[in-house]
Amino acid sequence: MVSQAVSAAVEQHPVKLEVSNLEISYDGQPALSNVSLEVRENEIFGIIGPANAGKTSFLKSINRMDMFNPNMNVAGDVRFNGRDVYNLRNVYALRSRIGVVFPLPVGLPLTVYENVALAPRLKGVKDKAELDVIVERCLARAALWDEVKDRLDSLGSLLSGGQQQRLTIARALSQDPELLMLDEFSIAVDPVTTMRIEDVLKDLKNEMTIILVTNLVQQARRLADRTAFFLEGECVEIGETEALFTGEVKDQRTRDYVEGRFG
Amino acid sequence: MTEDTMSLFEETALNAKNKRVQGLYRTLFMLMTLLLITPVVIILATLVVKGSAVLSIDFLFTDPTDGMTAGGIFPALLGTVWLVTVALLVSVPLGVAAAIYLSEYAPDNWFTRLINLAIINLAGVPSIVHALFGVGAFVIFFGFGTSILAASLTLAIMTLPVVIVATRESLQAVPQAFREACWNMGATRWQTIRKVVLPNSISGILTGVILEVSRTTGETAPVMFTGAAFFLPFLPQSVFDQTMAMSLHLFVVSTQVPHVPEALPYGVALVLIGMVLIMNSISIAFRMYLRGKKKW
Amino acid sequence: MSEQNPSSVEIMDAFDRRDLAWFIDKLVQVLVFIGGISAIVFIIGIFIFITMEGFGFLLDTLDFREFFMSPWWEPTDEDEPSFGILALIAGTASVTGLAMLVAIPFSLGAAIYIGEFATGKKRESLKVLVELLAAIPSVVWGFIGLSIMNPLIIELFDVPVGLNVLNAGVILGLMAAPIMTSIAEDALKAVPDRYREAAEAMGATRWQVIFKVVLSAAKNGLLGAVLLGVGRGFGETMAVLMATGHAINIPGSVFDSVRALTATIAAELGETAVGSDHYQALFTIGIFLFVITFVINLTADLIVRGIRNK
Repeated sequence: MVSQAVSAAVEQHPVKLEVSNLEISYDGQPALSNVSLEVRENEIFGIIGPANAGKTSFLKSINRMDMFNPNMNVAGDVRFNGRDVYNLRNVYALRSRIGVVFPLPVGLPLTVYENVALAPRLKGVKDKAELDVIVERCLARAALWDEVKDRLDSLGSLLSGGQQQRLTIARALSQDPELLMLDEFSIAVDPVTTMRIEDVLKDLKNEMTIILVTNLVQQARRLADRTAFFLEGECVEIGETEALFTGEVKDQRTRDYVEGRFG
Repeated sequence: MTEDTMSLFEETALNAKNKRVQGLYRTLFMLMTLLLITPVVIILATLVVKGSAVLSIDFLFTDPTDGMTAGGIFPALLGTVWLVTVALLVSVPLGVAAAIYLSEYAPDNWFTRLINLAIINLAGVPSIVHALFGVGAFVIFFGFGTSILAASLTLAIMTLPVVIVATRESLQAVPQAFREACWNMGATRWQTIRKVVLPNSISGILTGVILEVSRTTGETAPVMFTGAAFFLPFLPQSVFDQTMAMSLHLFVVSTQVPHVPEALPYGVALVLIGMVLIMNSISIAFRMYLRGKKKW
Repeated sequence: MSEQNPSSVEIMDAFDRRDLAWFIDKLVQVLVFIGGISAIVFIIGIFIFITMEGFGFLLDTLDFREFFMSPWWEPTDEDEPSFGILALIAGTASVTGLAMLVAIPFSLGAAIYIGEFATGKKRESLKVLVELLAAIPSVVWGFIGLSIMNPLIIELFDVPVGLNVLNAGVILGLMAAPIMTSIAEDALKAVPDRYREAAEAMGATRWQVIFKVVLSAAKNGLLGAVLLGVGRGFGETMAVLMATGHAINIPGSVFDSVRALTATIAAELGETAVGSDHYQALFTIGIFLFVITFVINLTADLIVRGIRNK
């Protein structure tokens, strides 16, 4: 296993996610190979890297979205809470505990309210008052409540792109996840809102584990405790975020990317 | 602008010729389209003119009399409602299930292709062969006798592709991203279908069902030997009774009964075609209304 | 080096159990699969049941040579019944052939006009009209042949009987044309616009684009449309029963009355005793129709799929 430094802050935390020798391919074309890493509870784990680095595939392999893509092939070991996710009795239960925000905003063609109430409803929450509380809390955390509180009955799929993206984040939070995976969430959101959500993420860290995939290296620097650098299907380096940004790197490519020489 | 550049914009002889040829083709194809449509419109107009002579509320709601040479068409009308209703009870759940399987579950493999091939052939098998199947399977083998049940099952199987194709199309019109968003939240396939896919395709499915009602109403051969009778002195009481049917009634009064007044079969034809075209129009109007009402 | 937290494994075990939603999902998967295979079950069922009913005849009585080569269809002859379907095949073929002569040029022409020339409202309303025409039930077409075409043909051509190949062929042509038009129009629509744009950029006119580019790119789809029209004509029952004159005859001209395979079954099945040679012979015709239409539909599907895969 790749040796990896663990910061003093999260050193004591138990391992949430353990990935070893992960290989992902599509129709025999490798997308990601030989990735081994650990994510600890209550840390923000950043993943940076240019397009086609395999970042999104990595996230999909963790919550078993390969199940819906017959072309996607995963080998290796992924353990969530010490449990092999490729050997589960109920994959849906795993996914319900992992919140995901993908880059393209998707507002479901349900009302704004139902978008956020869907996951709790699936978990069996029926009480209207309880749902109201969840909906408001999640929308507020996603920095969307003020804009939509007067039109919770309008269709989520007809909101603006930026609003839909925050709705997606609210939906992920409504799952009350143990692990939150964000994939370039700020693409469709304006800078001010991005900052507000980043503040929320810093708070959320106390409640859950967060994997933050981002193409903005400075975002990783602002938020992540540790950061991994993915490049062309390879995990080049994992380290303390500050260390990576201050030049303490083992691989020249990491320095080049962080310093903006390519990407 | 100089004279040289001006001439660039003048019509050359070649251009003029091309325009003429294009106009010629346009007219030719338009004529062909009109020649295809006009006779049918004239024929339909004839049906309306001649048929409306006998059309009345009484015609719809009274029994035929005098050896079917007078009176109304009520038993046939009611029988068609029976046949179509029972057929729908079978084909809609089955067809919707099949479409859900094909759109939401089926992997892209030889078996799925086989299912698709079977659907295409089910739609292409001649109606009289469906009738033979109905006789062999439902009337004789399963012992339903000539009955509404046997006839409706035959109709259901024959029109199953209509429901499957329409439903599958409207399911597939729901963007994949919606499904993935649901799956990511831990929804099972079925929860995803029930919460997001079906609510957004139900109107398309309904359009298909109306279309199927129209098809089922007009079919004649499949019910001829399986459950529809030329004439019955009583109305059906259960699915095990025989019944009269609009489509067969048109065949009977126009070919099998002597001394029928000329206008009577026109009236029957008009009612039958009216039922079919009204349902088709509703289906089309509904589809257009939906197209204008975007939800994403 | 990874420290395992034992309590989280226990929590995971508690979560990783199959709940009601999981079982419902599996149940639905099984149910919709049953729906999915029903189409296969039915098509096989159709073949099995019609074969079963005609099996004894196929095995014992049927002389294939006589069946296909003899023009004598006299199943009720008491001394020496004969089961030759040649005349019936000729009837079906002549009517379908004439129908295609009517339907192919006009439906392709209409498809080109609707797909390539007409625009906006005009195009939409033509499409709706074509769709409505396709919905007219075959028994209504039969009635039209009987009551409108019949006197018309007698008057126009001065012939004694108006129920003949001409009548049924025209009826069947008008009937098949709307379906062929929509399939052909779909095939034209499937030709990517960049083909048209590329040709137009090189200075080709609209009709040159249509003839040189669009038609050749769509030719498989158009062929598929024609084949489906043939299949439809072959299997049509009520209209040919009512409009052909129903006389067993190898036609010498379009004014001869004929009888079609489908119509023979429709007209005679009700009068035969279940299990008799005659009854079984009708089912044997059914098997023949099933096989022929199966082959036609399969071919059409393969041809149409050919363009999709390209």
